[in-house]
Amino acid sequence: MSVDPLSATAELQRWVRFTPAQRLARTAVFFVVVAAIAWALKTIEIIPEFLYDAPEQVVDMGKRMWPIDWGHFWPVVWPALIETLHIAAMATILGLLMGIPVGFLAARNATPVVWLNAIARFVLVATRSISTLIWALFFVAMFGPGPLAGALAIAFHSIGFIGKMFSEGVEEANRGSIEALQAAGATRMQQILMGYWPQVIPTFWSIALFRWDINVRESAVLGLVGAGGIGMALNAAIDLIQWERVALILFTIFIVVILIETIVTQIRKRVI
Amino acid sequence: MSTLSIKHLVKEYVPGKPVLKDISLDIEGRGITAIIGPSGTGKSTLIRCINRLVDPTSGEILFEGKDLAKLSGQPLREARRRIGMVFQEYNLVERLTVMENVLSGRLGYVSAWTAWRRKFDDADIQKAFALLQRVGLADFANRRADELSGGQRQRVGIARAVMQSPGLLLADEPTSSLDPKTSVEIMELMRDLAAENKIPVMINIHQVELGKRYAERIVGMSGGLVVYDGAPDGLDGDVLRKIYGGEDWLAT
Repeated sequence: MSVDPLSATAELQRWVRFTPAQRLARTAVFFVVVAAIAWALKTIEIIPEFLYDAPEQVVDMGKRMWPIDWGHFWPVVWPALIETLHIAAMATILGLLMGIPVGFLAARNATPVVWLNAIARFVLVATRSISTLIWALFFVAMFGPGPLAGALAIAFHSIGFIGKMFSEGVEEANRGSIEALQAAGATRMQQILMGYWPQVIPTFWSIALFRWDINVRESAVLGLVGAGGIGMALNAAIDLIQWERVALILFTIFIVVILIETIVTQIRKRVI
Repeated sequence: MSTLSIKHLVKEYVPGKPVLKDISLDIEGRGITAIIGPSGTGKSTLIRCINRLVDPTSGEILFEGKDLAKLSGQPLREARRRIGMVFQEYNLVERLTVMENVLSGRLGYVSAWTAWRRKFDDADIQKAFALLQRVGLADFANRRADELSGGQRQRVGIARAVMQSPGLLLADEPTSSLDPKTSVEIMELMRDLAAENKIPVMINIHQVELGKRYAERIVGMSGGLVVYDGAPDGLDGDVLRKIYGGEDWLAT
């Protein structure tokens, strides 16, 4: 028997996508978003005169950046670049040294102590939410300007990222293997060293490489607040209005970032 | 005196709903005791209460002069190292080598720092090699555990348990993930190693025939209670019906 949906006896069933409450909520969200945009536009105070001649300014800056001052590379940019890479490497190693223990403490299976988990998680969120530049200002004030302040700044900012990713890796470890060690009378420390650690080694390398990649980019910017590296050379060139040199430095950073991206991808493909 | 003496053991995961209702068992000095029973009847919980992977709600578990149910910390770890355990899923640390897995059986006897540097005693290392030889994996010492087949992994698991120099061996469904031929080989290996080391074995097992063939004693559990405790010969249709319930599955 075929069903005739419009037969006289059948009452028309209505279908609506949203309940009235949902519709009200959606309308409210719409107005909130519009209000937020309007408010933001008002606050950032766009000056029309500057906006209108922006294209001219871009062309002008482009002209001043050309020709690129290649002669500046070996005397200044190259040493600064090496310093940047060293800052990134040191920061990654320090970040791993500090982040991995915190990651173990944050993992609920490896550390079944609620208050320790809470403290570790707080440390992870706190270090991560303070941006590298703020950490750098802090360490520059403490140790004076230079690569040490830069490396520490990036290292501390890295703790949150490393610890969070690592604790997630630990929490995915196979419970059965740990249970077996427990059954053999292993202490908590032995379970971590002989049970969890071997299981998370691939996660560890993946995090280390990824973070090193990020840290190279971070350390390129850090010189702006006097924390060493290629950013300091960039800052000097901008201050002296040497746009040909600014162009050289930007180009160098661009090439290095691409190179590192390629290297990391290759290593990950082969090792992990 | 028996090696292991369980008295009035009760385990409730949810208060008021006991999985184990007043279990009392004595395990004597030698041989395999097979525990059979339907899934969910608490066989696994019983085995795990003994080495405290599961904490019992009440009752006593007497082993080597101590009540395991009341231990914690260092005394518990010292008691655990005297109880070897073999698991259904082998529970090896897959990214470690066979040798490292076998040596893990000594963790209860060495410090974390020693284990981390892999500085085990020469005696331990010789014993590990001998055990690998014994379970037929002499050439596999430096292979990673995840390269092995199920049967081979279970042999490593057994070697790890015996490495503990245990006074009791527990096995939680050791053959359930293995094919029938490998299952028989694993059962034989456990029986022989237990005899050589003069220790009793408690095995949870689903394959009743395998249990009958290798065990000297069968404990049938149903609904959290021991409903049969005796020789394998005594397992007739009536007893099996009492343990597993139902009728149809026994036909033919």
